[in-house]
Amino acid sequence: MAVITYLEAIRSAMEEEMQRDERVFVLGEDVGKGGVLNATKGLRDRFGEQRCLDTPLSESAIAGVAIGAAMYGMRAIAEMQFADFIFPATNQIISEAAKIHYRSNGDWNCPIVVRAPYGAAGAGSLYHSQCPESVFFGTPGLKLVAPSNPYDAKGLLKAAIRDEDPVIYFEHKKCYLSISGEVPEEDFIVPIGKADVKREGTDLTVISYGMTLNYCLQAAQELDREGISAHVLDLRTLSPLDKEAILAAAARTGKVLIVHEDNKTGGVGAEVSAIIAEELLYELDAPIMRLCPPDVPAVGLSPVAEKFYLLDRDKIREAMRNLALY
Amino acid sequence: MTQTRAKGTEVTVPHLAESLVSATVSRWLKQPGDYIEQYDVICELITEKVNVEMPSPVGGTLVEILVEEGRTAAVGEAICIIEEPGSAAESWPASGEDRQPDAPAETAPDSGMRGRYSPAVQRLAAEHGVDLLRVPGTGIGGRITRKDVEKFIASGQAVSAPQTANGREESGGRSGFRPGAGEPVQPVMPEAPRIPVRSTGIHMKEYPLNPKIEVEGQPEGRGEYFIDVTPIRHTIASRTRQSVTEIPHAWTMIEADVTNLVVLRNKLKDEFMRKEGINLTYLAFVLKAVVNAIKDYPIMNSVWAVDKIIIKRDINISLVVGTEDFVVTPVIKKADEKTIAGLAREIDDLTKKARAGKLSLGEMQGGTFTVNNTGSFGSILSYPIINYPQAANFTFESIVKKPVVIQDMIAVRSMVNLCLSLDHRILDGVICGRFLQRVKENLESYNLDTKLY
Repeated sequence: MAVITYLEAIRSAMEEEMQRDERVFVLGEDVGKGGVLNATKGLRDRFGEQRCLDTPLSESAIAGVAIGAAMYGMRAIAEMQFADFIFPATNQIISEAAKIHYRSNGDWNCPIVVRAPYGAAGAGSLYHSQCPESVFFGTPGLKLVAPSNPYDAKGLLKAAIRDEDPVIYFEHKKCYLSISGEVPEEDFIVPIGKADVKREGTDLTVISYGMTLNYCLQAAQELDREGISAHVLDLRTLSPLDKEAILAAAARTGKVLIVHEDNKTGGVGAEVSAIIAEELLYELDAPIMRLCPPDVPAVGLSPVAEKFYLLDRDKIREAMRNLALY
Repeated sequence: MTQTRAKGTEVTVPHLAESLVSATVSRWLKQPGDYIEQYDVICELITEKVNVEMPSPVGGTLVEILVEEGRTAAVGEAICIIEEPGSAAESWPASGEDRQPDAPAETAPDSGMRGRYSPAVQRLAAEHGVDLLRVPGTGIGGRITRKDVEKFIASGQAVSAPQTANGREESGGRSGFRPGAGEPVQPVMPEAPRIPVRSTGIHMKEYPLNPKIEVEGQPEGRGEYFIDVTPIRHTIASRTRQSVTEIPHAWTMIEADVTNLVVLRNKLKDEFMRKEGINLTYLAFVLKAVVNAIKDYPIMNSVWAVDKIIIKRDINISLVVGTEDFVVTPVIKKADEKTIAGLAREIDDLTKKARAGKLSLGEMQGGTFTVNNTGSFGSILSYPIINYPQAANFTFESIVKKPVVIQDMIAVRSMVNLCLSLDHRILDGVICGRFLQRVKENLESYNLDTKLY
């Protein structure tokens, strides 16, 4: 077991998969030199520029080429330099990748991974901070994953690369260097479609993913000293949602707080709320709460606006405490 | 969060670049006791990406250094304290500072929420026979929480028997209440219910059931009835469909004066019947006229091939033979080499075979130009569909006696309309007009001296 950063978990997952299967290749803008956030460092030196492929500045081409290569038998990892730039590729992902298996009556499939570095890392504002997962959420045919820690990051990326279906891998930029953890050195995967209870508790249930999950754990630790015991569930996979785990976690305490960095309206939290409300009415002891940034087009650039917009450990702790005392 | 340290403003590590989370202090340029103007450089910071000089955000006296040279501090962590002139300094809005928790006004003994029973509370109360009025509420506004009820049940104060016995599915692991037993219930913490939990009582499936399609009954058999599509009908359908979608049709028509032809035919037909045993129809004369015109305008006998036009040398006339149920087009091969009598014989032959359904495949293929005797069923104007992949379709309409003007005098003549559908990719109005003029000339030139053989 070694303690590595979330970024190194992602990098080493790609390296190990490329070593293990020569059909795997990475393509994206600036991936050859190591990537602007160092996610692909060393891959070109080790595997050559055909397998760590620099592309022109065209996200729809990156996705489209990946899709074509995947249908042809390769295992493509398409990197969007920042998730904010994924939108030109949306048509390729939603109209093509998501539908290929269905529209070919199962004759073809599309085993691609689209890596999308999302979330605010600070001073990123409009084009380096967005959380676009709700744009793809609810599209049948796509799998969406969003790990919160290095172990899940490595395991989910490996699982995504080996998966036969298109997977969008949302990696939170803030987690890259700030979250470290123990990761086994031998090969392992984290199954897609399974959430994970990160902390057992009895007073309220907190459901989250990505960087905010780490804030939830920190807040839970602080609340422990006040005698409030929080049950924290890491979704890990956004689509398909692990309904069983969500319902079990919600039924555990009857009070649910859903936290994510994507804005509230139409986000993943809305679907999780609806699922819980639909199936677990008589276990609920309080309204299902969602804590999310305001419905504003983007994080502000000014530090004051940024701080107001983003969630942090304190805001989450307050919301958790209020719900626990309800 | 604030430890007992010197009072003043904390100076924290700024967020220097995206994805950086910490920085190392490499050198302090000021020492405790120094007076620092706002924006004076106080230290140097090293990170993975950039090395910077750190300006002081405030002016004042440097009181304490918290992070020594060589040590690393996280973004937002305080590295030194500066005491600003004038005591009450606002703390730099760094993260992790104390903030007033916005707690609801709960501490006042407000019991407005005491009557608000959540679904979980009601269910537990019903299942375990709990009188909620006796349960203390620890939630905000005095609300009775699920935990309060669970605690109440665990303390054994729920005495009456459970009210409902409607067979609603109870998840395993709930604390068993033995009805009638006056013993305290075992204080078991409720586990998570078995999944799937269907507590709403409505059986809702994941996906909607396939809708049943109701077949409406036949309206007493009077509304409509069905006819099977025969293979030949199917062929006609697909061939005409192909022709109409691929060939841009245009259409033109002229009139011809065939009085002389009528006279000629009437004179010869009986003798022809005696000699040859077959009918001498107008069609034979028409075919001859058309074939001669095609020889003068060979473009009428062609096929469109996108980057070229293929002109066929052999003139194979597709003759349209129809009955009430179907229509076929047997082919008279090399019609330009036949005499009028020969054409008459071919026509008779093919028509008989077609009507009997005895045409061979070879007799139906290879046509290059179509002629249709629509006059035989009384039509005076038709818009035929071209036989794909030919270039034109010619119809000979009904011969009608009409008053016409010749040299400024009115005469009664036998007139006939000649219609032509053309493939406008290959043919245009002028060339077709010339072709039809030639056919008209040929028809009008028949007279009593015309030879049949």
